[in-house]
Amino acid sequence: MLRHVLRTLTKMAVTLFAIVTLVFFATRLSGDPIDFVVGQGITQEDRELLTRYYGLDASIWEQYWRFLGSFVDGQFGLSFVERRPVGEIVAERIWPSLQLLLAGISFTVLVSVPLGILAAIHRRTWIGSAIMTIAFVGYAVPNFVLAVFMVLIFAFTLNWLPVVGNSTPWHFIMPTIALSGTLIAALTRFTRNAMLDVLSQDFMRTARAKGLPEHTVILKHGFSNASITVLSVLGLQIAGLAAAGNVVVEAIFAWPGIGDLLVNAAILRDFPVLQFAVLAVAFAVIVVNGAIDIAYGYADPRIRLGSA
Amino acid sequence: MAEATFHGRTARPAGIAALRRIWREANGLQRAALCIGLALLAVAAFAPLIAPHEPTAQSLIARLRPPIGFERFKEGYLLGTDELGRDVLSRSLHGLQLTLVLAMLGASIGLVLGGGLGLLSGIAGGTVDDIVMAAVDAQIAIPFTLIALLVLAIFGSSIEVMVLVLGLYGWEQYARIVRAEVRRLMQMPFVEAARAAGATGSRIAFRHVLPNTVSPLVVQFTLAISNIVLLESTLSFLGIGVQPPTATLGSMVGIGRDYMPTAPWIVVVPAAMILLVTFTVQILGDWLRDRTDVRLIDR
Repeated sequence: MLRHVLRTLTKMAVTLFAIVTLVFFATRLSGDPIDFVVGQGITQEDRELLTRYYGLDASIWEQYWRFLGSFVDGQFGLSFVERRPVGEIVAERIWPSLQLLLAGISFTVLVSVPLGILAAIHRRTWIGSAIMTIAFVGYAVPNFVLAVFMVLIFAFTLNWLPVVGNSTPWHFIMPTIALSGTLIAALTRFTRNAMLDVLSQDFMRTARAKGLPEHTVILKHGFSNASITVLSVLGLQIAGLAAAGNVVVEAIFAWPGIGDLLVNAAILRDFPVLQFAVLAVAFAVIVVNGAIDIAYGYADPRIRLGSA
Repeated sequence: MAEATFHGRTARPAGIAALRRIWREANGLQRAALCIGLALLAVAAFAPLIAPHEPTAQSLIARLRPPIGFERFKEGYLLGTDELGRDVLSRSLHGLQLTLVLAMLGASIGLVLGGGLGLLSGIAGGTVDDIVMAAVDAQIAIPFTLIALLVLAIFGSSIEVMVLVLGLYGWEQYARIVRAEVRRLMQMPFVEAARAAGATGSRIAFRHVLPNTVSPLVVQFTLAISNIVLLESTLSFLGIGVQPPTATLGSMVGIGRDYMPTAPWIVVVPAAMILLVTFTVQILGDWLRDRTDVRLIDR
């Protein structure tokens, strides 16, 4: 077990280090960042002052070293646009993003687990094929198209729901659904497949032969076994999808989270904010994936003991 | 000469028969997707000929006109006009063309890049394999949208940079598929036989191994096109992809968003077209996967 944990942690550390390095050098490829801060027409002295102000006068290796050090002391530099510490800007965006993510993932699980189980049980009838068709089609609907159509119908035509911000529970409805669309389609498919694998096992027949009621057989013996697979998929696939979806959905609904920050930083070329926000999201995804890897290993002795 | 005619005569009916069989085995949805797909390709290819107006031609007297059947409809602008009096139909057709061209370029670059790395990784093994696989793992760990945002912010948004970004999409999936196939194929007796016959490494790679990886790659390529259309539309929608006045379907939706309460058609037409494209490609890709019986990583 310890070996599995150590191996996973090493892999996470290597990936993180690679990403940090890549992001740092990639953002330096674009030329002098001062040009983006102030544009043309400043005096040479002002330029030098600003260069020192943002710590850009040091050599690239020194800057890189300082950048790595910033993960230790938490000083990630100043935003070009807001002239505030980057860590502060990103920190105040984390909670709204988490709220939306939690709402989206809860909604996804609530919808797609029952749908996936239904689709598996009724796989030979119209119910199963209807669910799978919807899931299949839903996967091809981009978040932003779903969002735009919802805004058109529920905000502008019916005037039921608000569009901008996150101030009331009503504000959660459309962003949550827009974020969940693709996720529901993906998770329903995974749940169905995981259930189908379990349903054909011998212990299911035994449970039925014992005379247990069908819903106990399906939920207790069936789904509790499928849930391991579903959980791991939820972590590995859904974490990435949700992080990407969050960017788009937040930008559309002006949700004050990290996604909205990322898009604005990209448009305004606010590199300190951009690189830190990208790293924060990548870090979150990698940690979630790693945690699930370890948890999965704990649940599966073949992985834990290193034979697989 | 006689031999060539002979080949020509037998090959053609066989090809038609195969097409007929494929058509007979398809279900209604798949037949519809095939027809719509071909129609979309044709429309996109001949967009400049079909479009009634120049996509960037503005008209001050014909601003924000609705599509046919609504009040204030203006003759000649079938699906209405946008805030600058540009024809929505013409812009959508040109947008469709650009979206599809970008998607195909992107998917092709990804195929060559990822397929090449996978082939290298599978045949060379050892340290090369470790490095490529570490890169694949890192790529899987980061949502691609983040990389796209970063690259577009660094290099600016132009068509060339968009092609680069879309080309980077999905390389790790091609690499994994090709590597797995190559490693399986390298164990096969025919590769051993080729090596025993004195074939060089590159000959084995390109002549004996690569052709056998084609069918999973075709399936992956089709699915990648659908995903790249989604990605490109999303980036352009957010305002960091293709820049105005050039239109792709995504950027039309993004810009039209501001006029949604009064002129929803500016958004609805390109959005519906995006859905049509992604549905069609998705159905075709799935069909192809079933036909070639390829088990890919489900995504």
